Amino acid sequence: MAHPVQTEAEVVESAPAGAYRRLVLRAPEAARRVRPGHFATLAVGGGTSSMLLRRAFSIHRADVEAGTIELVVAEHGPGTRELVRSRVGDRLSLIAPLGTPFPLPEGPVSALLVAGGYGSAPLFPLAEEIKRRGGQVGFILGAATEARLFGVEAARALTQDVLVVTEDGSAGLTGLVTEPLAQAIKAIDATVVHACGPMPMLRAVTGIAEELGTRCWTAVEESMACGVGICMTCVLPVVGEDGVSRFVRSCTDGPVFDGAKVRWADLGTVPADLEGAAAMGVRG
Amino acid sequence: MEPQQVDLTAPFGGRTLPNPLTTASGCAGYGRELAKFVPLDALGSVTTKTIMPYARSGRATPRMAETPSGMLNSIGLQGAGIAHFVKHELPWLAERGARVLVSIAGERLEEFAEVAEQLNGQPGVIGLELNISCPNVADRGLVFACNPATSYDVVRAVRRVADAELPVYAKLSPDVTSITEIAAACVQAGADGLSMINTTLGMAIDPVTMRPALAGTTGGVSGPAIRPIAVRCVHQVHAEMLAGRIPRVPILAMGGLRTGLDALEFALAGASGVAVGTTLFNDPAAPLRILDELRTELAARDFTSFTDAVGYAHRPVS
Ligand SMILES: Cc1cc2nc3c(=O)[nH]c(=O)nc-3n(C[C@H](O)[C@H](O)[C@H](O)COP(=O)(O)OP(=O)(O)OC[C@H]3O[C@@H](n4cnc5c(N)ncnc54)[C@H](O)[C@@H]3O)c2cc1C
Ligand SMILES: Cc1cc2nc3c(=O)[nH]c(=O)nc-3n(C[C@H](O)[C@H](O)[C@H](O)COP(=O)(O)O)c2cc1C
Ligand code: FES
Repeated sequence: MAHPVQTEAEVVESAPAGAYRRLVLRAPEAARRVRPGHFATLAVGGGTSSMLLRRAFSIHRADVEAGTIELVVAEHGPGTRELVRSRVGDRLSLIAPLGTPFPLPEGPVSALLVAGGYGSAPLFPLAEEIKRRGGQVGFILGAATEARLFGVEAARALTQDVLVVTEDGSAGLTGLVTEPLAQAIKAIDATVVHACGPMPMLRAVTGIAEELGTRCWTAVEESMACGVGICMTCVLPVVGEDGVSRFVRSCTDGPVFDGAKVRWADLGTVPADLEGAAAMGVRG
Repeated sequence: MEPQQVDLTAPFGGRTLPNPLTTASGCAGYGRELAKFVPLDALGSVTTKTIMPYARSGRATPRMAETPSGMLNSIGLQGAGIAHFVKHELPWLAERGARVLVSIAGERLEEFAEVAEQLNGQPGVIGLELNISCPNVADRGLVFACNPATSYDVVRAVRRVADAELPVYAKLSPDVTSITEIAAACVQAGADGLSMINTTLGMAIDPVTMRPALAGTTGGVSGPAIRPIAVRCVHQVHAEMLAGRIPRVPILAMGGLRTGLDALEFALAGASGVAVGTTLFNDPAAPLRILDELRTELAARDFTSFTDAVGYAHRPVS
């Protein structure tokens, strides 16, 4: 985990972006430490708020010179509803950067970046880094509807290899991001896939990438109470270097995981061969 | 009275801690991540997540749900076991000057004793907290702390093997008919202190799936929502001590502590120490803020020391 900074960040910009809200927050010290794939948490309301838990958001951009961090916020429940209403000049309690970022290639690679909805937010700075290292990128951006796509223009500014997919066909191809995936991997000779979006999507993407022998890094979204590694609410079953599966924290050991190591089929269960499962009465 | 002049030191077992604040078990992991937000040696002590003899995976996810001014959790005591803790976590804590209150548990009496024994003579350890509020397989899914006899047995078993210099605290559940009865049994068995309270059993149903929100169906409620329950428990047990019906031992209070004023409230009710738990998830830097606020609140009421405020709410009406 990066060394996070806890600060009262001023909202310097708040603008709609399709179905989402783009929030730009001034937090110079935090911005300096951000790497692609890091996330941030925001507290909702002040010190007496009845919403105790922070809300987690991928960091879309960190601008070191401006000293800002950009988040893309989707209205989901009461907490995000309140956050998207924040105005320029408001102060929000921010902790960033958090989590383990995407691993960056040593040299030039061909990478396919796959996103569902606001899952594309952390992929743009990653794409820039990959290009800076002489590599090339392609995007598959998917969402339920056109309004729920994020960053199509930004993707097109980085590469001509951009596929847009919507479930209702309101933009691009109709269907799920997984449908054109295998073909896209082959088309750009991708040796690595980076994916961010809903868990079922990550599972499917990993499966297809694995079949083609392509490495797949996934940024997961698990329900988090603390975001900093002290509560153990955000775990998922992951196979370790030693071949042993454990419940590991997605906030500190992730959110970026090697998709092949995540036991997608076992999410929401205690698999019998998990370290410590026997103590829970689960029989191997 | 200037806030800076207030004496926050607090006696704990045979020693004096710089202040009465600790972390609630399970809300600060083993300290490593929290240390990025607060220097651990600035806290009176650090209470670890409950440690069992062996590795436990804990429960399936989802393990948490937010509730009004609180949350539900069903972690299920995930941990790597005592050997791992002693080898990898404790030395790290000791190096940082943290004074460690180790929370331990077992499914059977022998397991509590087994973990306690392995902590004798370990650097940094200043006391043991017995989490007797966890499910007890040997007792058909009941909780030790729901029964005076089983509570007595656990404390007894640990007190027998633990280093005589290590204070042993029993952590009580609020989900009982008479918490004073359980408290009395623990003190009789040799508990040097009482921790109050653990989470209280609750449940939430997801309106989308229309099924229980937690994989474990029920979970423990924590956070400011349960503070009045915690204050009541502390006040009740302290009153019994003042009345001479329970031998007097220190109480470590927890449950929704969010501000220095909350810490003061617990002290007035009879707590000699306080722990911050769920609030850390909202504000990991909270301990230093709370200590500052506590100093201010004490000074505002002309208390020259924290210990002077302990039990103050019990003084007779004049
Ligand atoms: C690493 C990570 C990155 C994320 N990035 C983004 C992003 O870039 N943009 C965005 O809009 N959203 C993102 N999310 C999801 C966002 O955190 C949730 O939508 C938000 O917390 C919901 O809060 P609420 O009060 O609106 O909903 P409620 O359902 O009322 O929230 C109740 C509790 O559940 C938690 N929770 C609910 N849904 C989720 C979820 N999907 N993931 C994690 N916790 C959840 C909340 O944090 C809160 O503690 C991310 C989540 C994670 C874990
Ligand atoms: C996520 C979480 C994990 C917890 N784990 C433990 C634990 O391992 N052992 C224990 O004795 N109490 C555990 N507790 C209970 C707390 O230590 C504390 O008693 C309770 O949460 C009330 O305090 P609070 O409202 O300040 O959090 C846990 C609480 C939470 C929220
Ligand atoms: S969210 Fe608390 S440990 Fe990950």
